[in-house]
Amino acid sequence: MTDKELKLMAVNVREGIVTAVHAAASGHPGGSLSAADMYTYLYFEEMNIDPKDPRKEDRDRFVLSKGHTSPGYYSALANRGFFPVEDLKTFRKLGSYLQGHPCMNETPGVDMSSGSLGQGLSAATGMALSAKLRNKDYRVYALLGDGELEEGQIWEASMFAGAHNLDNLCVIVDNNDLQIDGRVADVCNIYPIDEKFKAFNFNVININGHDFGEIRDAFKAARECKGKPTAIVMKTVKGKGVSYMEDNAGWHGKAPSDAEYETAMAELEALREEINKGGAN
Amino acid sequence: MSDVKIATRESYGNALAELGDEFKDFVVLDADLAGATKTSVFKKKFPDRHIDCGIAEADMTGIAAGLATTGVPVFISSFAMFAAGRNFEQVRNSIGYPHLNVKIGATHAGITVGEDGATHQCLEDLALMRVIPGMTVIVPSDDIEAKAAVRAALTTEGPMYMRFGRAAVPVINDGPDYKFQIGKAIKLRSGKDISIFCCGVCVAECLKTAETLASKGIEAEVINIHTIKPIDKDAIIASASSTGRVFTVEEHSVIGGLGSAVAEVISESDIPNRVKITRIGINDEFGQSGKAGELMHYYKLDSEGITERILQELK
Repeated sequence: MTDKELKLMAVNVREGIVTAVHAAASGHPGGSLSAADMYTYLYFEEMNIDPKDPRKEDRDRFVLSKGHTSPGYYSALANRGFFPVEDLKTFRKLGSYLQGHPCMNETPGVDMSSGSLGQGLSAATGMALSAKLRNKDYRVYALLGDGELEEGQIWEASMFAGAHNLDNLCVIVDNNDLQIDGRVADVCNIYPIDEKFKAFNFNVININGHDFGEIRDAFKAARECKGKPTAIVMKTVKGKGVSYMEDNAGWHGKAPSDAEYETAMAELEALREEINKGGAN
Repeated sequence: MSDVKIATRESYGNALAELGDEFKDFVVLDADLAGATKTSVFKKKFPDRHIDCGIAEADMTGIAAGLATTGVPVFISSFAMFAAGRNFEQVRNSIGYPHLNVKIGATHAGITVGEDGATHQCLEDLALMRVIPGMTVIVPSDDIEAKAAVRAALTTEGPMYMRFGRAAVPVINDGPDYKFQIGKAIKLRSGKDISIFCCGVCVAECLKTAETLASKGIEAEVINIHTIKPIDKDAIIASASSTGRVFTVEEHSVIGGLGSAVAEVISESDIPNRVKITRIGINDEFGQSGKAGELMHYYKLDSEGITERILQELK
């Protein structure tokens, strides 16, 4: 896809996020929107996946370690054709296959159940290790929150991945700088992120997580790097795309009212028009 | 009962090594305790299928989950304190909730850890593991049963917790009719007066207790509940109905383990008369340092202590 096509698709993904969280009157829009461009790139450009055969053996794997941002995950999967976009409105509702946090046995396209912070990267590491043990050439992607880096298990997994030279593993850190209680630096300072991963034998790439050109280059460099796992640390804006949610910790886990929903959808429609006109860089 | 004594952790390591050729897919993870959990025996024979995750049990559990999602059967190994205790939430969310094919080989369970003392004597693992939906929980009583459990683990899909011990225990299941089946209790001795339901290292002790009781005119039925979950309700109800008096014996807290599971079954059963249940185990306290045998004696979990308690209760 061209960057313009990716940008347009990311608008669809953002609309799905806002719609799902609004319909559920519950959920986590902030971190879903900050990673919306990444979800879009992963599922429309980067990963070897097939919506018609979600469990195909040689597929690339994705683990959403920051599982609370499932609206972004589900919206990307739905827009990619794993299930109907309309079903995003069942998110978090009784009996829905779109659980609050991802469940691999419920949702087509979900490779690992996740949501308890800190655990997803270990599972992704196990998937990458499995490929190495069995000489498979699929790749594994894990998306982490920046606040999630406060979980000790992330560093256990990073140490293992680095020590075992799992170059088929690509960690993505959504560095939107906010967690529930405030700025990540104020709650329990996680910086410097890149130096920490470097110390664990990672190939580290810092990018702007809203720039498809930088995302594209980063994944290319990750694929080409041998002998080390890659960590892509992407600077993002929490709530990106919805003005009143942007860079506001209050929208970490809150649903928009009906009026706020209308505003958000109108802003995203305006963004689509701007992209169509060739703007919105 | 033979004179041979083998720790079930040895059986675990030996069984993995013996079954490695027949079952070519599985891998074994450890967390810097391969020499103690005896997965080192497997490692020696299959070095490429043994991965030491370092002292990082939570990560080991997640790695196992990831491996299992790709169709690789996995055993993870550590002391029960870490495999079930430290790891509870990883086991619940990364293995239990997705119902992955990960087998937990937990060694050094209970007070027979010995000299290491309370911090390493896990008396709560059965309680923790049996509340996880879909988790099978097995407590082998000797070498033969431990090896049979490992084989069953390889031929049964889904998460499983297996509890092994550090101390050598007598071989008791060497009879020609012995058959291990998950969820199927084994009656080791018939008796009309009382039922003793037991598991793990306590089974051999209870058999000795039954001998002593017989000499005093009390006929005890001894039933080995090697599978705590799914528990053999029929065997429990049948025996409890026939004797009307139940004792449970386990090297675990009296809260939440075998005793609780048996009490749950009996209290919800249709047995017409009230059946009194006495839970023998560790009475809601922490252990301490000492030799395994000394501790079993101190906490009255050796045959002498169990006999004394039963006689006192029957007075």
